[in-house]
Amino acid sequence: MEKRTDKNSYTVIFAIAMVLVVGALLAYLASSLKPTITENERLEKQQNILYAMGINENEGTSANFVSTDDAPELFDKYIKQQLVVDYNGQATENDQAYLIDVKKEQAKAKDGGVRQLPLFVGEDEKGKKYYIAPIRGKGLWDAIWAYVAMDENMIVQGAYFDHKGETPGLGANIKQRFFMDDFIGEHLMSNGTFKGINVAKGNADPKNNDKTDNEVDAIAGATITGDGVSAMIRKDLKLYVPYFKNLKQ
Amino acid sequence: MGLLSKKDAALIKDPLADNNPITIQVLGICSALAITAELEASIVMSISVLFVLGVGNVVISLMRNIIPSKIRIIVQLIVVATLVIIVDLVLKAFAYELSKTLSVFVGLIITNCIIMGRFEAFALGNGPWKSFLDGIGNSLGYAVILIIVGFFRELLGSGTLLGIPVLGDPIEKTGLYALGYENNGFMLLSPMALIVVGIIIWIQRTRNKDLVED
Repeated sequence: MEKRTDKNSYTVIFAIAMVLVVGALLAYLASSLKPTITENERLEKQQNILYAMGINENEGTSANFVSTDDAPELFDKYIKQQLVVDYNGQATENDQAYLIDVKKEQAKAKDGGVRQLPLFVGEDEKGKKYYIAPIRGKGLWDAIWAYVAMDENMIVQGAYFDHKGETPGLGANIKQRFFMDDFIGEHLMSNGTFKGINVAKGNADPKNNDKTDNEVDAIAGATITGDGVSAMIRKDLKLYVPYFKNLKQ
Repeated sequence: MGLLSKKDAALIKDPLADNNPITIQVLGICSALAITAELEASIVMSISVLFVLGVGNVVISLMRNIIPSKIRIIVQLIVVATLVIIVDLVLKAFAYELSKTLSVFVGLIITNCIIMGRFEAFALGNGPWKSFLDGIGNSLGYAVILIIVGFFRELLGSGTLLGIPVLGDPIEKTGLYALGYENNGFMLLSPMALIVVGIIIWIQRTRNKDLVED
């Protein structure tokens, strides 16, 4: 005897019902949780920017942000200016610049449009200025991005890296202190031209004593993620060079 | 275990040893290779699988009499995917930090063959309580292997455990490194996970000859 559940009509009805139930459930959840999620992402951006300029709660070897409760207040306190820079290095002030989606801007540039380049000017208690730029690129599996804080001479003062889906234990380690801290003090320029920072295998400088070699030590087993980091720095930070040239004049 | 009958207790205990999902059933190998370079990642993955397999097995078991057999694999896939997406959304809204740590694992859970394997082999033919125990048992069995592999790979590959250096500093040459010891970078690559799993299988089958197939 044929079972009731083997019938074609039953199968089709079951499939339709299941899709409707699951679809409705997920759509409801996603739309009702969206405001909370967007707010979390906004706070995270502020935390990331603050982290890059050294406003964080790092302990030992782990990377810790300032708490989400304090983030908006600290962001207002330390970030003095939010700028949108163009390709010629001209800057206009825009206090929502941190909400600019770098991914969308990159897509715009790809289609022949002009990209808005957000830049955040931070100042710490000692009056030292930080220029923080968001950049974005490709890792092994998915997107990687970073906030890089520089001084007037494009020497890195701090960096925060993050990724969407790099391999845990390998590529995902770009967001570990041992990798991010290596960038501090590293020069982006070499003899007056922009060179970027290469994530190099076998640069024979694992302690990173030479800050002017435009190289940091790579992570074992994460070659492609490391190359992605190099490419992201080379391509995106280069666009800010005109701004820094103008700054010195 | 006083709470469980002998049969129920076996559902938990068997997958820990003689019916281990990784070493005997050969389920969940891909994730055992992919994410065991660090002990912490192994533990996080184990907990995620414990949750998804426990709940998923119950859901599938409850639906077992109404699922059309022709499309049962797709139905199973939808159940796992839905569960994982719900967990991901809720974490993103209420435990954002944790969700960032787990996000990489989401894709790995959906495609983890241990989940589909247990749905297909057990939950479709058994009641919810038994299926729940089977889910917990199998994910614990999976966890044991993942943690053993993660332990050795992180220790021999990076000289750390849970990110804490235990063998000294490889750059400053302290501890074991002062004696000329070097980290084996090879341990960080997937093939070595396969070899570690192979060694576990070898030890297990040497100790219990019943497991050896002719």
